[in-house]
Amino acid sequence: MPVWSRIMQLVDTAIRCRNLKKTYDGKVEAVRGLDLEISAGECFGLLGPNGAGKTTTIEILEGLLQPTSGEVEILRRTWEGNERELRELLGISLQETRLSEKLTVRETVNLFSSFYHYPASTQHVLEELSLTEKADAMVGKLSGGQKQRLAVATALAGNPKILFLDEPTTGLDPQSRRQLWEIVRGFQQHGGTVLLTTHYMDEAERLCDRLAIIDQGKIIASGTPAELIAGLSGHHVVEFAIGGNNGFGDDLWSRLPGVQSVRNEDGLYYLQVDEPHHTIPALLSAVQQRGAQLAHLTTRQASLEDVFVQLTGRHLRED
Amino acid sequence: MALPQLETEPRHMEAPVAVNGRWAGYRALLGARMKELWREPEVIFWVFVFPILLALGLGIAFRNKPAEVTAIAVVSNSRAQSVLDLLRRSPAQAGIHADVLDEKTALDRFRLGQYALVVTADDSGFHYRYDPARPESVLARTQVDDGLQTASGRADPVKTEATQSSEPGARYIDFLIPGLLGMNLMNSGMWGIGFAVVDMRQRKLLKRFIASPMRRTDFLLALGSSRLVLMILEVILLLGFGVLAFRMKVEGSWLAILLVAGLGAISFGGVGLLTASRAQKIESVSGLINLVMMPMWIFSGVFFSYERFPQVVQPLIKALPLTALNDALRGIILQGASLSSQWMPLVIMALWGGISFLIALKWFRWS
Repeated sequence: MPVWSRIMQLVDTAIRCRNLKKTYDGKVEAVRGLDLEISAGECFGLLGPNGAGKTTTIEILEGLLQPTSGEVEILRRTWEGNERELRELLGISLQETRLSEKLTVRETVNLFSSFYHYPASTQHVLEELSLTEKADAMVGKLSGGQKQRLAVATALAGNPKILFLDEPTTGLDPQSRRQLWEIVRGFQQHGGTVLLTTHYMDEAERLCDRLAIIDQGKIIASGTPAELIAGLSGHHVVEFAIGGNNGFGDDLWSRLPGVQSVRNEDGLYYLQVDEPHHTIPALLSAVQQRGAQLAHLTTRQASLEDVFVQLTGRHLRED
Repeated sequence: MALPQLETEPRHMEAPVAVNGRWAGYRALLGARMKELWREPEVIFWVFVFPILLALGLGIAFRNKPAEVTAIAVVSNSRAQSVLDLLRRSPAQAGIHADVLDEKTALDRFRLGQYALVVTADDSGFHYRYDPARPESVLARTQVDDGLQTASGRADPVKTEATQSSEPGARYIDFLIPGLLGMNLMNSGMWGIGFAVVDMRQRKLLKRFIASPMRRTDFLLALGSSRLVLMILEVILLLGFGVLAFRMKVEGSWLAILLVAGLGAISFGGVGLLTASRAQKIESVSGLINLVMMPMWIFSGVFFSYERFPQVVQPLIKALPLTALNDALRGIILQGASLSSQWMPLVIMALWGGISFLIALKWFRWS
């Protein structure tokens, strides 16, 4: 691909929405004023807990739901009056579609590619998604990971410019998840734009160029994963527990050098710090002075999960 | 109206190997639907095997048998023997079997249906005990009375003659098979469209389809066409079975039969689509489909003629689509009627199908 067209793509807007709102039955506000601008060639993630409004948002962008108010532009086109044309250019995988069990993998991909004016070759799509061996197997006989790959295959059957994936790896084993990430990266490397939703922070962190953290129908933070983590006060987390907890107040820990914030969850303390090499010695001596024992101590880089917790006080997944 | 900025470049996976024409989607949808049906053993059974089994069972149960021997009881007393003698000399003797029993046993067995009539002879003549609600009992009374009177010397004032007739075309099986065909077209139309659509909606497959550039009209056309293909098989199998197994005679043209059956299949497809236009769950559409079909199983003359229902409800019965379909099929198959003479039932079917389809389109939910 010539360099100039690569550059043109990067400055081109693939998906844009402004002040998007969706209210169900006049009372449930699923999306409450959302702005997005996604460039061509980007992999963009919508990260948020269940019920945050991710699916509603992505289905509005896919033209499957009518927003209560707000503007949507896909490839600089509104859905109104351009639906046929846009559908030819998009590949969509819904959250849970149960494809016909009595068709084979190949027949299923052929069916979907028949809807497009310029379809991809079925053989090629099956190869990309490592489904060649299963091409003649009935859909009903596939494993969860294979079914999910097939769902993505049907989305790629029309050679799309933009791929929409709604929670593509929910419920999959780690290996199947990594396989799907590879597929998404491959699509992106060929110049495709990806919009996906997820409630896995590791998925968002590794796969997405940029992401928006959504909670209760609003974007509460957005940027590259690195920017979001850098935006935290304290890029490191020190986790520890005290043996036989004897009533230490949180304010003791927040007075330690370099500590930005303190969280206590069921006896486990999380200190958000900038410089662990200053905080940890101080922590150890503070514990020793009081004649207590550390039951547990680790330190790690802050993650998107910490970003979410700091912003909302809740976890992404309430298990 | 392609916009220049949206030219196909860049293609991410590879250059397109083929360009799909206008009808590629329709053909693929129809192909997929037929494969799915063919791979579903239940469909094969209910659409093809079940009606044939039903025809076979009913055809055997209600086959035309040679006139049955009527069993009667004669109460044993001094005159019982004279009754038997008279009967033996009467022209009805071949059709009557008489047992001499004491009164109590005779009446008990009469009550159980073992005897159709109890005859008691005394000085004044013969006394018959019969049940006016049992046709064979009424018949036995006439038969026996006739025999006894003639044997006792009654002279008939007019000479009469009769010829026996049980030709193909007027038997119960001849009446039944077109009715079963109509019912089968209704069943498979309602289930084949209604159930399939709700199932796909529940599986979010309908939503997935409309997320692609699939044309919605192609989807509905493919569903309708799959019904027509099945319809042809249903007609050939069931009528063919009647012809081969029961020596049934098809009087009208096969083309006219296929056209009527096709209209019926499409009409019930429309009604099926209407019942399925909103339902989210298979359970709710199943109830709805049964609710719609139930009255027609009873009133539309599948197993017996609807002339048995009171005169006031006849116009309502005739307005039902299955009644129309059955009437047209019987007219053509049994009486060799022309297509144009069946315009009334054809119009009724077209109206049911057309109006249902239009409402279904207005109500239809893809998700």
